[in-house]
Amino acid sequence: MKYLPLVLANLGRHKRRTVLTIVSVALALFLFASLRSVVTTLDASSRFGGADRMIVQNATGIVFPLPMSYAARLQATPGVTAVSWANWFGGRYGDGKRFFANFAVDPASYLAMYPEFVIPEDQKQAFLRERSAALVGRRLLEVFGWRVGQDVTLQGTIFPGPWTFTIRAVYTPSDKVISDDVLMFHYDYLDERLDRRMSPGWYVLRIADPALAPQVARRIDDEFRNSSSATKTGTEQAFQAGFVTMWGNVRFLMNSIGMAVVFAILLVTANAMMMSARERTSEVAVLKTIGFTDRTLFLLVMVEAGCIACAGALLGLGGAKLLYGTGDFNFVGFLPGFDVTPGTLGIGAGLALALTVASGVVPAMRAARLPVVQALRKVE
Amino acid sequence: MALVEIRDVHKSFQRDTQTVEVYVGLDVDFEEGSFTALMGPSGSGKSTLLNLIAGLDRPTSGAVRVAGAEVSALNAAQLAVWRARHIGFVFQSYNLLPVLTAYQNVELPLLLVPLSKKERRERVTVALGVVGLEDRMDHYPRQLSGGQEQRTAIARAIVADPTLILLDEPTGQLDAKSSQEVLKLLRRLNDEFRKTIIIVTHDAHAAEQATAVLHLEKGVLVERQGTPA
Repeated sequence: MKYLPLVLANLGRHKRRTVLTIVSVALALFLFASLRSVVTTLDASSRFGGADRMIVQNATGIVFPLPMSYAARLQATPGVTAVSWANWFGGRYGDGKRFFANFAVDPASYLAMYPEFVIPEDQKQAFLRERSAALVGRRLLEVFGWRVGQDVTLQGTIFPGPWTFTIRAVYTPSDKVISDDVLMFHYDYLDERLDRRMSPGWYVLRIADPALAPQVARRIDDEFRNSSSATKTGTEQAFQAGFVTMWGNVRFLMNSIGMAVVFAILLVTANAMMMSARERTSEVAVLKTIGFTDRTLFLLVMVEAGCIACAGALLGLGGAKLLYGTGDFNFVGFLPGFDVTPGTLGIGAGLALALTVASGVVPAMRAARLPVVQALRKVE
Repeated sequence: MALVEIRDVHKSFQRDTQTVEVYVGLDVDFEEGSFTALMGPSGSGKSTLLNLIAGLDRPTSGAVRVAGAEVSALNAAQLAVWRARHIGFVFQSYNLLPVLTAYQNVELPLLLVPLSKKERRERVTVALGVVGLEDRMDHYPRQLSGGQEQRTAIARAIVADPTLILLDEPTGQLDAKSSQEVLKLLRRLNDEFRKTIIIVTHDAHAAEQATAVLHLEKGVLVERQGTPA
């Protein structure tokens, strides 16, 4: 503690350089936290999914529909207790710059299937009652400044033309990995306007026993194997994970970029620390003459490096946590629940520690091993 | 009684491919309470002797004893601790840390001994008072004149009450008036506080303040003037 003024004085010697070094460390750790949070959020969303829910989609691909007639046959499959269905609508609002997902769903069965959508009961009933009603996520409502009772018109891209819905209900997800950036409306409304030519994009099933999911999936896929639209059935978790893999090897990419950034900053910091130590050769010699031991001088330089890394870590990791934790980031609905996890903060703190050691150890050793007579000769 | 004993000290160092002999069997004593000036031409080994006494350098062979301790036998860590307790060193170019105030510079040696903040403050105030700079304690070196800087360096050298004060050309960069002040101060430290002082100097006027003058030439003690104490 008594050495603190000396450490602080040394840090304040070149204030601009110290501040820039701290900012570069902060920026590196902020980027690291941001990139790693993309990975952890994707991981979390791929793990999302009720254990008792399964998804049935067209075996050819999600963009190909399944016949409406499958609903009854799926309901009759042993082990299946409930069936619902939905369809990707792909409508755009306004200038279309602000993307959000919108689906046509079978309202009663869909809401029964997803208790994670928390809706006030009166709004829920209003949504169920009215064919042109829409259910929107809390965030979406706030982003566009909508209110309950307002008409909103989407421009259809898959189903062309203006589609007007009346907002009757607002949901708040009970799990933060569920997006609240979604608009849902009645499947019947879509079907009716398309002269009953609609088919569901996918089915959602509830099964009696999650342990029986593989058998149920096999039974369903066997049932429709030789029909006009063969099915691909899997757990909801596997369905979500499939979306994540569509991003490619995001984990590798994000981790690689994150590490590359941290390494680059490590070099910058190490260079700044070494420059600072080189400039103080004479002072180190003087301190040794006074009686400072090699160990004390080594520790003083390491503490300086630690102060820079800690300040950078506080700014970078703390900033990321504050921004993402309270700033309601979800990257236009693509990464619901985006936040910096304690694990990421832990790894970031570890990186700051590694940065301290890596950037401080060379100048610290240099200070400790400085031959005092030669150094003093240069001074005198 | 000899506070510093130099016994059969040999010192050589390598310059490119040549071995340069600084001392070949140097023997000299410095009495407790003495004020000795080391004089001689450049390269005669004055500063090297100061470095050997301070434990900053090691003899090639022979013994350097200060207050009974065999300095040449101590390892680096022991030497650092020993220096903190026994040596006050003053340089020609003051060598104050520019980022610290006069107070903080003087406080540095006290950080190495177990003292409370209050005790440190008392001692620093006394040391700065002795050198007449109690009103400059919050000034940074750049805000002090050369003479004031050197007096601060002397305060730093005496604050831990060392056994021995070593000064390497302390007036070398000072004007006549500031030199006079510093020399008066050293005289006072020796007279009033009975501090043992060894000063390396080229300045005959500075040497006049000393109670003994040693002349070195090519590492050999060629003349001794005055009483040792």
